Amino acid sequence: MKCDLCNNPSVVHEVVIKSGVTTEVHLCSEHAAAKGYQVPTAPVKQLLAQFVGQTPTIHVTTRRDAIGQTRCPGCGLTFSEFRQTGVLGCPGCYEAFMPQIGAVIERAQAGAVHHVGRSPLRTEGVADRAALRQRLLHEINAAVAAEQYERAASLRDQLQSMGESGTA
Amino acid sequence: MRFAEKSASAQVGPQADVVVSSRVRLARNVAGFPFVARSSDLQRQEVMQMVTRAPLGNEFGSGLTWVNMSQTTPLERQLLVERHLVSRHFAESVIPRTVGVDTEETLSVMVNEEDHLRIQTILPGFRPVDAFNEARKLDVAMEATVDFSFSTRWGYLTACPTNVGCGVRVGVMLHLPGLRYTGEMERVKRAAKDMHLAMRGFYGEGTEAVGNFYQVSNQLTLGCSEDDLIRRFAEETVPHLVDYERSARAMLAENNRPLLDDKVHRAVATLRAARLLGAEEATKLLANLRLGICMQVIKDVELELVQRLLLQVQPAHLARIDPAATDEDKGRLARASMVRLALRG
Repeated sequence: MKCDLCNNPSVVHEVVIKSGVTTEVHLCSEHAAAKGYQVPTAPVKQLLAQFVGQTPTIHVTTRRDAIGQTRCPGCGLTFSEFRQTGVLGCPGCYEAFMPQIGAVIERAQAGAVHHVGRSPLRTEGVADRAALRQRLLHEINAAVAAEQYERAASLRDQLQSMGESGTA
Repeated sequence: MRFAEKSASAQVGPQADVVVSSRVRLARNVAGFPFVARSSDLQRQEVMQMVTRAPLGNEFGSGLTWVNMSQTTPLERQLLVERHLVSRHFAESVIPRTVGVDTEETLSVMVNEEDHLRIQTILPGFRPVDAFNEARKLDVAMEATVDFSFSTRWGYLTACPTNVGCGVRVGVMLHLPGLRYTGEMERVKRAAKDMHLAMRGFYGEGTEAVGNFYQVSNQLTLGCSEDDLIRRFAEETVPHLVDYERSARAMLAENNRPLLDDKVHRAVATLRAARLLGAEEATKLLANLRLGICMQVIKDVELELVQRLLLQVQPAHLARIDPAATDEDKGRLARASMVRLALRG
């Protein structure tokens, strides 16, 4: 989206609804600074990347590197590295390497593909928190893609307030 | 570092004629951290702190004594391996790691082995259910303060996907000389493979079955509950193997008595007369003496003494009794002397 006052891309977006009338403001960094808006120094994506970096077991999507190698976004392990050592890098690898890892497990576990048995006493909490974290991360991504930066920041605050525990 | 007077692996328990000991191991990982191999030393230390500071409650009496492996001597590490309290891999590793051991040495927790936690119980004789219940008790106590990596689909998430699910490995150390001397061992190994059982040597993966001691454990950890897994192992798998070994021994006594007598008496004579004994040779001879006692060929030696000697002839245990025994030749001399003295008729 372009700045209301010039052709540069806008970085500040404001929607004001007053007496039923909606006014939208879209400004580039220069015009936003001139009008007294606080301009973000780092893009939200960068902010998000920094946050995701702090929680290596949480990831949004599986990455593929230059040679098309599946790489766990949580710990950076590639599937071929796993095949060499037989050891995964983090809990997130289980999701990152699907469906290959599912086939490995199925072979090793005589066809079993689902856990049957006890769960940690606090599993429900852990599982719920992990699911919520994943959902929040997806929503943050969607908000950033739609340039809803205030919403993204608010979601990020929610995610941070959950603490570090709870992975799936 | 202090050790219990009697290691669980040096005692005699139920069905001791075939089952030396029962062991259960639970694999767990702390949520929010990469697995051990991919963790930084700082993260490994953080996990160590979380686990060692977790309050365990009154059920565990004086609790666990935590031994920082980086501060142990090579001799102490070898002692821990010989007492089956830590794996060889854990003893030889160089990353920050610690092991917690209870006063009876039936319970141990390795922190930063392949997984963040390896909770292990070892009991003399055939007691897999008791071993599981003990391990589970500690698991539950840990869970009160530590979140473990878990997914509803895969269960407890482990570094190696072959352990995923309930993360339970239940095993027994079996003495199978009957099957070996009647030529049935290969058939047993094939049957074990078909039953998804792992058969390993005296000190686990990659080690030899010295003295015809085999560690037998489950390979499947996904798709069946812990209770079913333990029940099947305790009520079907192991009794089947124990019966097979007993039948083989009976067959040996009936069809090839001279072979049995020769193996046993040759072992006793050597143990009572040898002036130099290596650890492996001593283990093999004591194993045949063990067979002789269980088959009532030898009646003047207690099984418990043999079980104790099987531990004491190992290199680190010998070196603890006689520091000069770290030298191989002196060790052979000291070992032979100790065994002669213990078996003096």
